[in-house]
Parts: sequence; structure tokens; C-alpha cells
Amino acid sequence: MATTTINRPPLLRGTALSRERRNWGSPLVYFVALVVVGLMLAPVAYIILGGFRTNSQITVDPSGLPSPWDVEGYKAVLTGGVFWHEVGNSLIAAGTTTLGVVVLGLMASYALARYRFRGRGAMYALFAAGLMFPMTVAITPLYILIRSLGLMNSLPGVILPQMAFGLPVTIIILVPFLRAIPKEIQEAAEIDGCSRLGFFRRMVIPLSYPGVITVGILSFVGSWNSYMLPLFILNKESSFTLPLGVQAFASQWSVDTAKVLAFTSLSMIPALIFFSLFERRIVGGLTGAVKG
Amino acid sequence: MLTGPALILFLAFVIFPVVMAAYYGFFKWKGYGPPTDFVGLDNYLIILKDPTFIDALQHNFTIVVLSLLMQGPVAIGLALLMNRKMRGQSVIRVLIFVPYVISEVVVGTGWSLLLQSNGALNGLLEKMGLGGLTQDWLANPKLAIWTLMIIITWKYVGFAVILFLAGLQGIPQELNEAAAIDGATFWQIQWRISLPLLGPTVRIWAFLSIIGSLQLFDLVYIVWGQYVAATAGTSTMATYMVVNGRNAASYGFGNAVAVVLFLISLVVALLYQRFVLRRDTDGALTGGAN
Repeated sequence: MATTTINRPPLLRGTALSRERRNWGSPLVYFVALVVVGLMLAPVAYIILGGFRTNSQITVDPSGLPSPWDVEGYKAVLTGGVFWHEVGNSLIAAGTTTLGVVVLGLMASYALARYRFRGRGAMYALFAAGLMFPMTVAITPLYILIRSLGLMNSLPGVILPQMAFGLPVTIIILVPFLRAIPKEIQEAAEIDGCSRLGFFRRMVIPLSYPGVITVGILSFVGSWNSYMLPLFILNKESSFTLPLGVQAFASQWSVDTAKVLAFTSLSMIPALIFFSLFERRIVGGLTGAVKG
Repeated sequence: MLTGPALILFLAFVIFPVVMAAYYGFFKWKGYGPPTDFVGLDNYLIILKDPTFIDALQHNFTIVVLSLLMQGPVAIGLALLMNRKMRGQSVIRVLIFVPYVISEVVVGTGWSLLLQSNGALNGLLEKMGLGGLTQDWLANPKLAIWTLMIIITWKYVGFAVILFLAGLQGIPQELNEAAAIDGATFWQIQWRISLPLLGPTVRIWAFLSIIGSLQLFDLVYIVWGQYVAATAGTSTMATYMVVNGRNAASYGFGNAVAVVLFLISLVVALLYQRFVLRRDTDGALTGGAN
């Protein structure tokens, strides 16, 4: 946005006028935006505020505000071990998935983008075809496969399939990045005595950094929020990731609405923090992935 | 060599299971030991004759159509509004996107508490003196699908807005300026320039939305659970698959449902590519504009 204002030719009379006029824009725009933002945030606010109420408050007046504010719900969740254990599981699952997707995806994309070898086109097509297979279709055989590998109720049982299903999108995004690195840079590096691995580390990774970040965020958030695969694979409470934990907690404590709301809102926080840190990248990555 | 690990992982956990789904689908199988009870196409015949599956399929297509009709215009309108110069645009953009980032489980749990018959929405309606409007939003079979649509719209409309905004900001500013100099009003500019040029983005979004609607699982399963979805009229092919496959320990049958789900998605995807997306490959800039 900023650049378009700067680049705008200043000679046109019409734009000078409209720039003045549009500086604030019409109040209608703000009104609509306010209403929309309100609607988007109301359910989130309901969850967060509800955690600050007591059950009797919620029963007497389901839509009221906390009065007085009560932190017992949050305290109980934060001091209990279950929440932190599940945060840990989710972090391990999402972190390992992300690392694996990025490392394996970079290696494969690098080969696909920069080396000529037999079957390269076919291999690329195979990975691209992976986009057509959502996990929903493969979930039952995956479950059986994981079970026969003895990985039930363990995080690797979730991580491995997630990595595999994350690869197609990773490769599709990264290959153009890596292909765009000029051959001359590689030749220059070789002349300067840089090994292939050194070139990969010193040139390829820094140059494809934006793509890597995008891919990493997509797989982290995907894993953090994933529900169906853990639902099939993780049946023991000790192996639950946060989404399963929220659901289990909600059914276990269904009479204690305040506590459920506190648990639910706490489990949103990591995703929200992560999102606000990388908001530009996430938005850019999603639009890039779709348009690219 | 570099592709080796990725390729092995991909073949083992994506291609192999997909192939196995097609294979298991021909068996009556409880999931233990090798499948031996070959039943040919019986599973498929049972699925296609099962009224609960037909219901689920209809729900899926209802969701496809309603998602496009509800999210599309709203998102385009919001994107056009927000594409003007305005203060706080980036904050608004972030806030609209928040529901998209929250996990389906949190969304499902929060909304089901909000909407239960003694929940906050009914409480709010009564407070506002609109007690006559209180409903059993989740269990009433006439309403439940609309409730689901509201939740889906709430969760995913931000994604559409972000896509469309990116599309709009890719339109050269000169076009709008030229039109403004020629005396076009704001709405004429939107209608004649922005909308036609946004076409390709809208068509890609619609594709993603359709595929997502056909494979919808998480939200329905979380809010309505495995038993209520069918009676509330919100079951989908994917919830049907999980309920009648895994939960009933009929793994052969479940795989057959997965294959049907995949083939339906594939056919829809191919038709869409053939008849809608093809326009974008020949003359995206001129196609659609007068």
C-alpha cells in the first residue's frame, strides 16, 4: 500500500483531489468494518471472558460479563499438569513436523529444481499429485499402517504422516524459489572453492528464506490445529495433543462450563501469539501459495 | 540422492495408504489380520443405496453451494471496502483473519457452548426482549445446517477476504485512476474494473472452497458429535465414513466410503478445472471484462 502512494504520479489533478478526500475515507466504511470485526471477535471474546466467570454466573446469565472477575478457572487449568503436558505434546509434534517438512522439502526441491536426472518430471508430477489426496481419503489405511508399525499412541505416529502430507505443498512452493537462483552464483561459488554442501548452506538457504518461512509456518499451524489424524492415532490421554485435549476436557468437565471455557481460551493463545508474530508471512504465504 | 528421504516418506505415508484404501474397499474386514473376505463391489452398492449416505452427500452439496453463496459476496464486498485508503486497515485485516487461525476444535467447542439452548446467544436474545427468537440452534434439523453455515462462514470468510484483498492490490492503480479521470464513480470503478479483474482470484478461491466443503469433517464432528450429526441434518461424507468405518470397526467399508469421497471430489475438481479455471489460462485479463 505504501509503495503505491509513493509511486503515484503527482501530476494528475484527479488523484490529488481524491487523495485529500480519501485520506480518512467515508464513515460508512469504518462502520461496516467495525460491525464485521465485532462479529468476528464476539465468539472469541465469549470464550475468553467466560473463563473469568463462575458456573453460577454462567447459569444465571449466560450472556453476561464477568462480575466479579474470577480467575479460579484459569488458575485451575494453569496449575494442573494436563494442559502443560498437552502443550508440550503439541509443540513437539508441530516442531518436529515443521523441521522435517522443511529439511526434506528443501532437499527434494533443490534436486528437482537444479539437477537434471532421469524421472525428474515424473517425480515432480508425483509430488504435485499428492495435493489431490487429502488426508481424509487415506486416514483409515494410515491408521492401519501406523498400528502395524507399532506407533499407536505415540507422537511419531502423527508426525510421520503429517510430514509426508506436508511435502507436496512444500515442494510446489520451494521449487520456483530455488530455480530462480542464477546459475552464475553457483559457478562463482564453485570457482571460489565452495563445496556443494557449502553452497547449499551459504547461498541456497538464505536465498530461499522467504519460501522456507512460509512453508514452515503453514506446516506448524497445520500441525498445531490438526484434529483428524490425532483422533485416529492418539487414544491415550498421555499422548493427546491440544485439540484432542480440548475436546476431552470439554466432555469430561461438561458441567463445569467456566473451566472448559478457560481451558479452551488458553489453548487458543499459542496459535494467536504465533499468528501475530508471523501475520505478514502467513497472509503472504497463503496468498502466494494459492496464486502461485 | 537428495530426493530420497522425501520420496520414501511420501510413498510410504501418502501413496501407499491411498492405494490401500482402494484395495481394502473391496473387502469385508474388521481391521485385524489380512483381509480375506472379498466382497467385490458390495461395499459400494451398500454405500450408494444407504439413505444416510445419500443424506450426507446432499448435505455436502448444500454446504458447497451455500458456502459459495454466503462467503463469496460477503468477502468480495469486504475486500472492496477495505481496499480503499483507510486508517487501521492492517489491524482490521488481522482481526478478520483471527477465526481462520484458531483450531477447529476451539471453534467447535466455543460455538457449541455459545449456541446450546441455555447458551449465551439465547440468553442475549432474551435480554434484548427478543425471547421469541430463541431456538435450539444445534439440534433442530431445520436450523442446524444454517447454524453450521454460520460457523463455517465465520471461520473461513477471513481467508477469502485476504485472498481477494491481495488480488485487488495486484490490480494496477493506473486503471482506477484512468477511469476516475474519465469520470467514473467509485461504484462504476468497482463494477467495471475491480470485479472483472478479480475474477481469477475468485475462481481459485471457489475451487478451494468447494473441495474443502466436500471433505468437511472437523467442525461437524466436534459440534454435533458422531451420533447427532445425521439426525440434525449436518452429517457429511467424511463424518459418515468415520462413524460407519472406524467407529463401527468396519474398515473395509470405511475405505470404500473414502474411495467414493475421493472420486466425487476428483470429478468435481476436474469438471471445475475443465469448465471454469480454463478461462483463466486463455486471457485472464481480458476475459469477462466488457
